[in-house]
Amino acid sequence: MRLLIIEDDRDAADYLAKAFREVGHMAELAPDGEEGLALALNGQYDVLIVDRMLPRLDGLSLIGTLRSKGIETPALILSALGQVDDRVKGLRAGGDDYLPKPYSFSELLARTEVLARRRGGREETVYRVGDLQLDRLSHQVMRGAEEIILQPREFRLLEYLMKHAGQVVTRTMLLENVWDYHFDPQTNVIDVHISRLRSKIDKGFAQPLLHTVRGAGYVIRDR
Amino acid sequence: MTALGKLLRTTAFKLTLVYLSIFAVFAVFLLGYFAWNTRRLITEQITQTVDVEITGLAEQYRQGGIRRLVFIVEARSRRPGSSLYLLTTPAGEGLAGNVGSLSAGVLNSTGWEETAYRRLDDLDGTEHRALVRVFQLPAGFRLLVGRDLEERERLRDIVLAAGRWSLAVVIVLGVAGGLFVTRRVLKRVDAMTDTTRQIMEGDLTGRLPIAGTGDELDRLASNLNDMLERIEALMHGLKEMSDNIAHDLKTPLTRLRNRCEEALRLAEDESQYRRALEGTIEESDALIRTFNALLMIARAESGQARDGMIDVDAAEIARGVGELYEPVADEKGIRLRVEAPAPVPLKGNRELISQALANLVDNAIKYGVSTPIEMNGAEPEIVITAVPDGERIRLTVADTGRGIPEADRGRAMERFVRLEQSRSLPGSGLGLSLASAVARLHGGELRLEDNRPGLKTVVSLPRSGHAALAAQ
Repeated sequence: MRLLIIEDDRDAADYLAKAFREVGHMAELAPDGEEGLALALNGQYDVLIVDRMLPRLDGLSLIGTLRSKGIETPALILSALGQVDDRVKGLRAGGDDYLPKPYSFSELLARTEVLARRRGGREETVYRVGDLQLDRLSHQVMRGAEEIILQPREFRLLEYLMKHAGQVVTRTMLLENVWDYHFDPQTNVIDVHISRLRSKIDKGFAQPLLHTVRGAGYVIRDR
Repeated sequence: MTALGKLLRTTAFKLTLVYLSIFAVFAVFLLGYFAWNTRRLITEQITQTVDVEITGLAEQYRQGGIRRLVFIVEARSRRPGSSLYLLTTPAGEGLAGNVGSLSAGVLNSTGWEETAYRRLDDLDGTEHRALVRVFQLPAGFRLLVGRDLEERERLRDIVLAAGRWSLAVVIVLGVAGGLFVTRRVLKRVDAMTDTTRQIMEGDLTGRLPIAGTGDELDRLASNLNDMLERIEALMHGLKEMSDNIAHDLKTPLTRLRNRCEEALRLAEDESQYRRALEGTIEESDALIRTFNALLMIARAESGQARDGMIDVDAAEIARGVGELYEPVADEKGIRLRVEAPAPVPLKGNRELISQALANLVDNAIKYGVSTPIEMNGAEPEIVITAVPDGERIRLTVADTGRGIPEADRGRAMERFVRLEQSRSLPGSGLGLSLASAVARLHGGELRLEDNRPGLKTVVSLPRSGHAALAAQ
């Protein structure tokens, strides 16, 4: 994955670039909005990571300019402004995801990978992971030959996990995409929902599919 | 600036001047119109009587010839009054009459003329003005009949004098009245200015004086006072907030620092360092959470989130939050139910109301459990309800735990207050104050009630959150 990190805080940018390289991605840096725009216009990137407040050209205008020129590279906005209306503004300006500072790297990584994959991803009717199968039209879930009955929310939770099969999704991503809440529920409510789901899809099967990734989130995969 | 200069610059004084000029112009116009009309009337009267007299004299001439005319003119000339007569030969020599001399050329043209003249019997020989008509008699004799205009001149003088005097009176009274009114208004405005200066210097408790007359100035003052009240409350909140930040963020920051120092000093192998670092991250996550909650409360209280108000269904919000927390409650052996059978529409911010409700449910799960002995065999339960309540809606979260003693309920809503009995449980202590801030943002309130046993938190919101707020 090729990333462009547009961030004016030198330390934060270096830290991010290093962390992304450690997990095998390529990251380029731009210290201000104008340079970031020039690079984004000419280079081939999978995801842009854009700080909202940048010198010379702010993040939202930068994304707006890119979109008006027909460049649809997914953009993740980083911002110290984390309230609901701020994120709505960010997404309306053409951003694809919004992450308030301070964030954990695992959160940023998970979101970036989802964004990069989404680009080429197609929306299938049936998701398959190992012998687990989810039909989005008939809302039927099968593990092997056995049908699994899920509550509506459990279905959406599994649907989201399977849509991003093989990718780590964080608790906040689940809360945002499955429940459409953008606040912190204090208690680890998501973990309990996951363990319920796990007991339905994994219990009694030799091969577990729903895995917990320590310090990051969850992933569904058949390895 | 001198007192007079200040007075001259005031709006009230300028207004007085404008009114004064308008009034003066009006008065002058009125007097002028009156004078002009009177003058016209007098002139008309003169011409009419002179015309009649000339017709009469011409008749006498036709009947009695020049001798009779001379006789009559002589007789009439001797009568006192303002009538003027002159009868001349065709050559212009006077035959009879009381006019001594005339302006040159008057006799040569027939018709009306205004002219200067001297009376024959007036020995001083002062010049007067008169309106005369010259009539050509058949044999070339010329007859002049006229009236002295002294009366008319005098009237003009009277009107002019009256005009001057009344103008003077208007100006004097106007300026005096203007000064009086201006000074009265100025005094109150000055009092306001003084108070605002005092407030600007940092004394936020100052309030503008209200005269109690209910006039524009009073309304302005009372509005400004309301504004000051609001500002003072905001400032107070801000100060309280910074105090809270100082106190409640510094404490965990200190803990964080201590933990790092301890690791540096004592850790011997990688696993101990790792444990210390993990603890540090946990600690900083908790800090971030607290910080976010504080920002969120500040935002809700300043009313910034008011833009996001749309039509939402409180029943749906209740079901959503209930569904999110049900597994957690279940894990702790608490039954969580949602009672919201019908839609409960209101105008509000879904995210914020959800968060407020989530905080209340989270509290209920954390603190709403009693010991089995206290429960006396009853199953612990949390009930979330959403019901319409007249023009308002009620969202309630009721638990069957220990509840909060009535005396502590007010304190429980203050920021960071965590009652003694709950000190051991994790949490930022901001849940209730956040819920309360969200309720206030929507023009509603948060109440704590007794659930016998347990605590019942009630969020009461107006249906039209936004409108109710705008009307306040």
